[in-house]
Amino acid sequence: MISLYFKHALRDIGKNRFVNAVSIITIALSVIITCSFVLFFINTSEILTLWKKGVRIMAYLYLDVPAEKIPEIQKKISGLYSVEDVRFISKEEAFDVLKEQMKRQSSLLENLKENPLPNAFEIRMIASSQTWEKIENLASQIQSIPQVEEVEYGQRWLARFSYIINLFKLSGYALGILFSVASVFIVANTVRLVLYSRRDEIEIMRLVGASDGFIKVPLYIEGIILGALGGIIGLIVLFTTFISITSNIDQGITSGAFQISFFSYSSMLIILISSMFVGWFGCFLSLKHIIKREL
Amino acid sequence: MNENNENSLIRMFHVYRRYGSKAALFDINLEVFKNEFIFITGPSGAGKSTLLKLLYLGEPASEGQILVDGINLARISRNRIPFLRRKIGIIFQDFKLIHSKTVFENVALVLEAAGKPRQFIQKKVGSVLRAVGMEDKQNSSPLSLSGGEQQRVAIARAVAGDPTIILADEPTGSLDAESASQVTGLLKDFHIRGSTIIVATHDKEFIKKSGGRAVYLKQGRIQPPPA
Repeated sequence: MISLYFKHALRDIGKNRFVNAVSIITIALSVIITCSFVLFFINTSEILTLWKKGVRIMAYLYLDVPAEKIPEIQKKISGLYSVEDVRFISKEEAFDVLKEQMKRQSSLLENLKENPLPNAFEIRMIASSQTWEKIENLASQIQSIPQVEEVEYGQRWLARFSYIINLFKLSGYALGILFSVASVFIVANTVRLVLYSRRDEIEIMRLVGASDGFIKVPLYIEGIILGALGGIIGLIVLFTTFISITSNIDQGITSGAFQISFFSYSSMLIILISSMFVGWFGCFLSLKHIIKREL
Repeated sequence: MNENNENSLIRMFHVYRRYGSKAALFDINLEVFKNEFIFITGPSGAGKSTLLKLLYLGEPASEGQILVDGINLARISRNRIPFLRRKIGIIFQDFKLIHSKTVFENVALVLEAAGKPRQFIQKKVGSVLRAVGMEDKQNSSPLSLSGGEQQRVAIARAVAGDPTIILADEPTGSLDAESASQVTGLLKDFHIRGSTIIVATHDKEFIKKSGGRAVYLKQGRIQPPPA
């Protein structure tokens, strides 16, 4: 019986090519629009996470802080919430690093009578605590230690950037949900159009003794096939566009440490199953209207 | 009427059909026996088609009881309706063939819906199309056929499932005299082979030729036929 249903479904798709093509294109467009948003946010969050990983807080001490106080301050900072690791950078070490970095202009440094750099601590945070509120909170706690002159956390601009991205993300999710819901209804209406053109056929089938299952199952299979085709076409178009865009993007934006990525195989499978579901659900909604309960 | 007659196939007791405040059928009491050829006749709008629809549950009765081959239609569950319809072959004035399917597929549909095996369907459809003289048109689209040919296909579809009852609603209504005569002949053949046939028609010639019992409907009521 199932093979008969499949045969009917495939034959009907072939017979109603135009309307079915409209259904497939609608599903494909929905996949492209919704997945473009998702892809954009996956990649921007990846970049942000990568950048955030590099966030460290530098605490510079007053020049007159005696050396014996250093372990005490280090202990104090280590005891603060969300601190993973505290490394002491002595003024000498900092000076060596500076010299190393300046190489050619190191003669400038040689003329200095004394090392102008302060002792400092480099603080790394626990990965899970790297929200901007927590980073700021920790920075102000460190700042309140009397021996600390200045606290600096590089890439402060990231906070602003991530705020904007979050704002984008929120509107993106809203749009994504809106598009998904809209696509279900567009597909439902397109399928309804197909079924409406076949309502006489459905009526005749009922009159000759066809059960609801005999009528509905091929139509459900048809909906699922249309969904799958729409999903596959959508993914192919998305992938082709993705490849052509990423090949033109300057990899410098991502510092080469990060590759802009497409969906994983499992995500693509989820997208495919979702579009099949949309096809089926559209069919289900329409059939509910067309096959009215009788008696 | 209330006696249990084992020869009786259809029984209608005090059946009404109303559409809002308007009634199409009033107090219909009718018994149809096995292998009977019966006509429901009367002027247009008398309720002939409505009466047939009640028998295959195209519409429910508003009041009264209908028994079809032992099934009480007032109590039938929704999922048993297809089984009732498989006992009944229906022929419509407008043929009701599916235009996107071939002649063969239209006839095969009844047997596919009943879950018959493929080989059986091949054989059976071939034989009923042969019986109505449409074997050579089995791959044609119904749209390429004349009215008479389409009605013959519709008859083939109606008899393909070996139904207990054949209902025909104005089967010759839209046909020319020759085609009408062929359709009449076919129905008579199936009657001779044992089918119970109920025809709604106002075609007096058809009734005269077939010689069956005629029930006269006027304004929704069974009445004595006009002289």
